[in-house]
Amino acid sequence: MKKAESKLLNQTLSKSPTGIQGFDEITNGGLPTGRPTLVCGGAGCGKTLFGMEFLVRGATQFNEPGVFMSFEETNKELTKNVASLGFDLEDLIKNKKIALDHVHIERSEIEETGEYDLEGLFVRLNYAIDSIGAKRVVLDTIESLFAGLPNQLILRAELRRLFHWLKDKGVTAIITGERGEETLTRQGLEEYVSDCVIMLDHRVNEQTSTRRLRVVKYRGSMHGTNEYPFLIDENGFSVLPVTSLGLKHIVSNKRISSGITLLDKMLEGKGYYRGSTVLVSGTAGVGKTSIAAHFAEAACKRGERVLYFCFEESPNQLIRNMLSIGIKLEPWVRKGLLQFQATRPTFYGLEMHLAVTHKIVSAFKPAVVILDPINTFVIGDKESEVKTMLMRIVDFLKANQITALFTSLTSGESALESSDVGISSLIDTWLLLRDIELNGERNRGMYVLKSRGMANSNQIREFILTDHGVELREAYIGASGVLTGSARVAQEALENAEVLTRKHDIERKKREIERKRKTLEAQIAALHADFASEESEASKMIETEQDMIKRLEQDKIEMAVSRKAVIEKGTTSKLKK
Amino acid sequence: MKLKKENSDKRIKKEKPVKTPDDKWVLRLYVAGQTPKALTAFTNLKKICEEQLNGKYSIEVIDLLINPQLGSEDQILALPTLVRKLPVPVRKIIGDLSNTERVLVGLDLLPGC
Repeated sequence: MKKAESKLLNQTLSKSPTGIQGFDEITNGGLPTGRPTLVCGGAGCGKTLFGMEFLVRGATQFNEPGVFMSFEETNKELTKNVASLGFDLEDLIKNKKIALDHVHIERSEIEETGEYDLEGLFVRLNYAIDSIGAKRVVLDTIESLFAGLPNQLILRAELRRLFHWLKDKGVTAIITGERGEETLTRQGLEEYVSDCVIMLDHRVNEQTSTRRLRVVKYRGSMHGTNEYPFLIDENGFSVLPVTSLGLKHIVSNKRISSGITLLDKMLEGKGYYRGSTVLVSGTAGVGKTSIAAHFAEAACKRGERVLYFCFEESPNQLIRNMLSIGIKLEPWVRKGLLQFQATRPTFYGLEMHLAVTHKIVSAFKPAVVILDPINTFVIGDKESEVKTMLMRIVDFLKANQITALFTSLTSGESALESSDVGISSLIDTWLLLRDIELNGERNRGMYVLKSRGMANSNQIREFILTDHGVELREAYIGASGVLTGSARVAQEALENAEVLTRKHDIERKKREIERKRKTLEAQIAALHADFASEESEASKMIETEQDMIKRLEQDKIEMAVSRKAVIEKGTTSKLKK
Repeated sequence: MKLKKENSDKRIKKEKPVKTPDDKWVLRLYVAGQTPKALTAFTNLKKICEEQLNGKYSIEVIDLLINPQLGSEDQILALPTLVRKLPVPVRKIIGDLSNTERVLVGLDLLPGC
């Protein structure tokens, strides 16, 4: 159903891709083909550049030559200005890909003497279009005519005619206009150009500037309606779509180790999900960076690329500090698996940070990105802006299946379970580090606050920094709460002692039983002996009795013999024997 | 009154080369096809030149429909446009030249009212 709809949409309105990064995404394909588009905004917001990039990209990427009619800058100035952005206009002009025409009017040179029209402008434009077979036209800034020509009535009528003429000509046009007080443009150009209106804005907030773009109107097409930040760097214009990435990213079931065995165990024994977002938050000095460094090292050991943005420490300082807990990062840097990007958050605006992140990530193609820490962005900027920026970073990284680890410093006063930048909802796995003050000691504890999609441990573990890295210990829960540090050691000793006494008890009991068994056995032996002696006595008596019986019989036989009685043969022989 | 006179004297002085008989006026009339406006402009121009310049002039009519590339040379936007190439400085007069007084002002031909 949706596909059919979009097909219909494509049939009804064809679009010309601008080639401007991100812009084609938010307009679903670019500017309306064969129609004029109004680009308006204040001074220095990038209108001319937008138009110029539209032409240059059209000429180089989409094989659509273009005409740039400038009412402000001369051809020479224009060529020079855009050369700094990597556009070689001279070459394009030579190859008949782009035509420049500078229109200059000087009020003082002109005398009005009756009826006239702007046919001259039409002729010039027509000539320029036909000479290179242009499909795209930029008029920058046509409002300058209002300053040069006294008769507004004629001018307005002619402008109306011009835009109709452009439509008839079938060229995709951009008309730029200076922003007015209450209207979109100073001279109300939006009256004439009503198909597509794009507004550019350049705001300075707390000394850092942010450029924004908004599609005010796009007749006959769906478009993103938000204000999208954009930037102008050496690669030209790039618009950063906030929501176009959406929540459609592919998810992975693969798990990767956090680099800390016991932490992995807390996360079902497997570690983080690949492509998930991990937040390590905690108060100062609890070891957030150490967890990040462990993760980086583990990823490097797997042969994955890691991009580490440090906003507080220089890479060298970080490497040195991590060496003290036994994490060697330097070899990975030399191997090219680990790349550090150290900039102060205040160095440039949020959008620039975002763009830089985009650019470096696209170039380096890491599997893991670490931002350490994120809350430094909040300085000077509004939280909501930081949040949207981080959201865009998260979206972008997720879309690219990059596992991200952010660290965030929680200040002492604020609630532990809220991150300063309010991005908790974006986070998949949240590790919370806290210090536990007890018995005049300050120790570190760690627990998994949440971890989407896994049965994570709910235990608080003691977090110890040793010279061979981070160690997690089972924490003791005593009557006064979690026991850590020396309290834990004492508790451990206590328990050990208890175990020892129990062991002794058992030994003793064992011995007792042994003894009892031995006595019993001795008794049994004595009884046996008694019995044996009785038995032998009895048998002796039996023998004597039997002997007596034999003797009596013998006597009987002898008596019979002497009486010469008949004796059975058998009996005699028996007796003889 | 005196001041005004001085002013106009100055202007005449400035335009002295214009008044010398050897100097020839070079005028260009830009049009786009034989539109009514173009024809009116040409007729008006011819009349003014006859009256004011005593034959010391040349008029070149450029039809941008035939030679569109010539438009940018003189920065032509409005049509018809009359360009005074000589004497310098270059002056531009737009419209059908029906307002004779303004044409004369534009051409610096008004001899101090």
